[in-house]
Amino acid sequence: MNAFTFKPDMPPPVKTVGAIAWMRANLFSNWLNTLLTLFALYLVWLIIPPVVQWTLIDANWVGTTRADCTKAGACWVFIQQRFDQFMYGYYPSEQRWRVDLTVAAAVFGAAPLFIKRFQRKALYGLCFLVTYPIIAYALLFGGVLGLQIVPTSQWGGLMLTLVIATVGIAGALPLGVLLALGRRSKMPAVKVVCVTFIEFWRGVPLITVLFMSSVMLPLFLPEGMSFDKLLRAMIGVILFQSAYIAEVVRGGLQAISRGQYEAAAAMGLGYWRSMGLVILPQALKLVIPGIVNTFIALFKDTSLVVIIGLFDLLNSVKQAAADPAWLGMATEGYVFAALVFWIFCFGMSHYSRGLERKLDTGHKR
Amino acid sequence: MQNISHASYKLSLSDPRFRALLFQVVTVVVVLAIGFYLLHNTQTNLQHRGITSGFDFLERSAGFGIAQHLIPYEEANSYARVFLIGLLNTLLVTFIGIVLATLLGFIIGVARLSPNWMINKLATVYVETFRNIPPLLQILFWYFAVFLTLPGPRGSINIEDMFFISNRGLNMPGASMTDGFWPFVVALVLALLAIVLMVRYANKRFETTGEPFHKFWVGLLLFIGIPGVSTLLFGNPVHWEVPQLEGFNFVGGWALIPELLALTLALTIYTAAFIAEIVRSGIRSVSHGQTEAARSLGLREGPTLRKVIIPQALRVIIPPLTSQYLNLAKNSSLAAGIGYPEMVSLFAGTVLNQTGQAIEVIAITMSVYLAISISISLLMNSYNKRIALIER
Repeated sequence: MNAFTFKPDMPPPVKTVGAIAWMRANLFSNWLNTLLTLFALYLVWLIIPPVVQWTLIDANWVGTTRADCTKAGACWVFIQQRFDQFMYGYYPSEQRWRVDLTVAAAVFGAAPLFIKRFQRKALYGLCFLVTYPIIAYALLFGGVLGLQIVPTSQWGGLMLTLVIATVGIAGALPLGVLLALGRRSKMPAVKVVCVTFIEFWRGVPLITVLFMSSVMLPLFLPEGMSFDKLLRAMIGVILFQSAYIAEVVRGGLQAISRGQYEAAAAMGLGYWRSMGLVILPQALKLVIPGIVNTFIALFKDTSLVVIIGLFDLLNSVKQAAADPAWLGMATEGYVFAALVFWIFCFGMSHYSRGLERKLDTGHKR
Repeated sequence: MQNISHASYKLSLSDPRFRALLFQVVTVVVVLAIGFYLLHNTQTNLQHRGITSGFDFLERSAGFGIAQHLIPYEEANSYARVFLIGLLNTLLVTFIGIVLATLLGFIIGVARLSPNWMINKLATVYVETFRNIPPLLQILFWYFAVFLTLPGPRGSINIEDMFFISNRGLNMPGASMTDGFWPFVVALVLALLAIVLMVRYANKRFETTGEPFHKFWVGLLLFIGIPGVSTLLFGNPVHWEVPQLEGFNFVGGWALIPELLALTLALTIYTAAFIAEIVRSGIRSVSHGQTEAARSLGLREGPTLRKVIIPQALRVIIPPLTSQYLNLAKNSSLAAGIGYPEMVSLFAGTVLNQTGQAIEVIAITMSVYLAISISISLLMNSYNKRIALIER
C-alpha cells in the first residue's frame, strides 16, 4: 500500500502577491485609478527631470566668481561665497565664534531635557530657561568679560531669524497665558480688556504691527528715549504673538473638565494656586503641540522684518541677489533660503506630531 | 454658597466679591493710565516735531503714479482716492486668492485621501513642501525668480494668440460693455430670482407630497434661458478684445501686472496647502458608519457624498477654513515686499512717507484690516450657525 503523502502547496497566484498585487490594489484598481496614476506619472515626469537637471546635473559647484558658472544649471558657487553672510549677516567675522558658541550652548543645554532617564527635568528646564537668555545676550551683544560690543545693526542672517523667533516665543508665552486666563475670567472689566487686546492683534497683519512699532513706537515714548530697531521689532512680534498663544492656551483651559476646577476649589486653593498647581499644568500639557505650531508660524513670520529693513536670512539673500557682481542669482538664493526655512519648519512640525502622539494619555473625552 | 454671599458684604480683602471689584478697578485704572501716558507722550512729540495731526491730508493731491488701479486715477487725485485704490487692490487679491485657494485646496485635500498611491503621495509632498516655506519667500520667489526673468513682450509666451505671458505680466482678452450689457445683467438677476422661487416651490412640494422635482435641470434651463433670450434681443452683452503686440508693448485687452500674478499665485499655493489639510481632516472625521448607513438606505455613490458625507464634513471644515481666509486676507499685505499697490505698500508705505502722518495712516490701515477680518468672520459665523449640528 502506498503511504499517502501530501502534495506540496501550490504557490499563490502571481496576481495576489508582491509588487504586482500591490500595484493592482494601489495604482490600477479600476479605470479611473489607472487614469489618475498615468496623470500623476505625467506630472512627475514634467517636474522632476528639469529640477534634477537644474539643481544637480547641470549645476556649478566649484569656483569663486560669477564667471566660473559656465554650465546652464544652478550656480551654487553664489551660495558658497555668501554662506557666511546668510548665516551671520554683518556680524564681524573674527567674532562669529560667539554666535557658534551660543548655538552650541543651546543644543548642549537643552539636550538633557530630551534624555528619558534624566530626573528633575522641570527644575533643570526652569534653570536653563532663566540662565540661557542671560548667557546668550552676553555672548551675542558683548560688553561683559572683555567681549567687544557688537551692535544689533550688525546682526543678521539665520542668526537674527532665530533670535527674533526665540525671543518672540519666550516673551509671548507668559503674556499669552495671562491673557488666556483673563479672557476666561469672571470679572467683566478684565475680560473686556483681554478680549479687546486679543482680537485687535489677531485682526491685523504682522506687517502693520511692524510698521507701527517702527514708526509709531518712537512717538509713544517720552522725549529723548529711543529704542533699538531690533528691540522695537521684537516688542511688536511679542505683542502680536501673545494674542495667538492666548487663543491656543484658552483651548487647553476649555478642555479641562469642570471637576478639576471644583476639586481645586474644594481643596481650599485660591485662584492663583488652583490655576498654577492644578489647571495650568494640565492645560499647557494639552496645548504643547498647538504652541509648537504657533512657534512654526512665528518662525515663518520673522521673514517679514525685511519690510522694516532688518537683515534676517531672507533679506540677506535678497540683498546678495541684488549685488551687481552676482546678477541673476535670485533663483539660487531663494531656493537656498526656502530649503533652510523648510528644514526648520518641517523638523518642528514632525516633532510636534510626535509629541501629540506621546502626550495623548487619554485626557480627551 | 448663595446664602453666604447674601449674608454679608464686607469692605475687606477677605471678601472675594470685594477683591474682584478692587482688582477690576485697578485693571481699568492701569489700562487708562498707560493709555493717557502714551497719548501725552505722543502729543508732546508731535508738537516738538511740528506735525499737525488730523485727517486733512486726505484731501491733498497725491502726485504719484500707481501701477494698477481698478477705478480711474490721475496723479492730481487726492490721497483719499489713493486709499480707495489700495483698498480695492487688497480686496481684489483677497477675493481671487480665496476662490482659487479653496478650489485647489479641496482638490489636494481629496487627493490626499485617494486610495491611489501616486496621487496620495503627490498631494502629501505638495502640502509638506508649501506650508513649510514662508509666504513672503514664496511671493519673492515668484516675482523675482520667475516673472521678472521671463522674456519681454516681444518674446512672450503665446497661448493660442489670446494669452501672452511676459515680464510685463499676463495680457489676456478683455471685455468691454456694449448696449446689451445692462439688459443682460437684469436678465441674470431675474434668472437667479426665478431659481430661488423654483427651489422654494420644489422643496415645499417635496415636503408635502414627497414627489421629487428636477431642481438642477430646471435651474440650469432658467440660468441659461433667460440671459440667452436677452442676448438674442439686445445683442451680445460684452465685446471681447484680444491684445495685439504694437511696438514694444501690448495694446487692448486686459493686462495683469506681474506683481498681482506673483502675489495671487504664491498666496493661493500657500493657503491651499493649509486648506487641503483642513478638508482632509474634515472628511476623515465623518465615520465610516455614515457611509455604510447611507448605502444600506439605498443611496447611490453621488447622493451619499452630497447628502451625507459633505454636510457633516463641512461642519468640521468651516471654522478652520474661516481662519485660513482671514490669514489670506492678512497675508495679502505681504505685497509690500514686491510693491504691489495695495493697502500696506501704497498707503502705509508711500503715503506715509510722503505725508509723515504716521498715526493717522497706521490707524486707518489697521482699521481696514480689522474691518475685513470682522466681516469675513461674521459672514462665516452666520453660515456656520446655519449648518451647525442642532443638539437636542
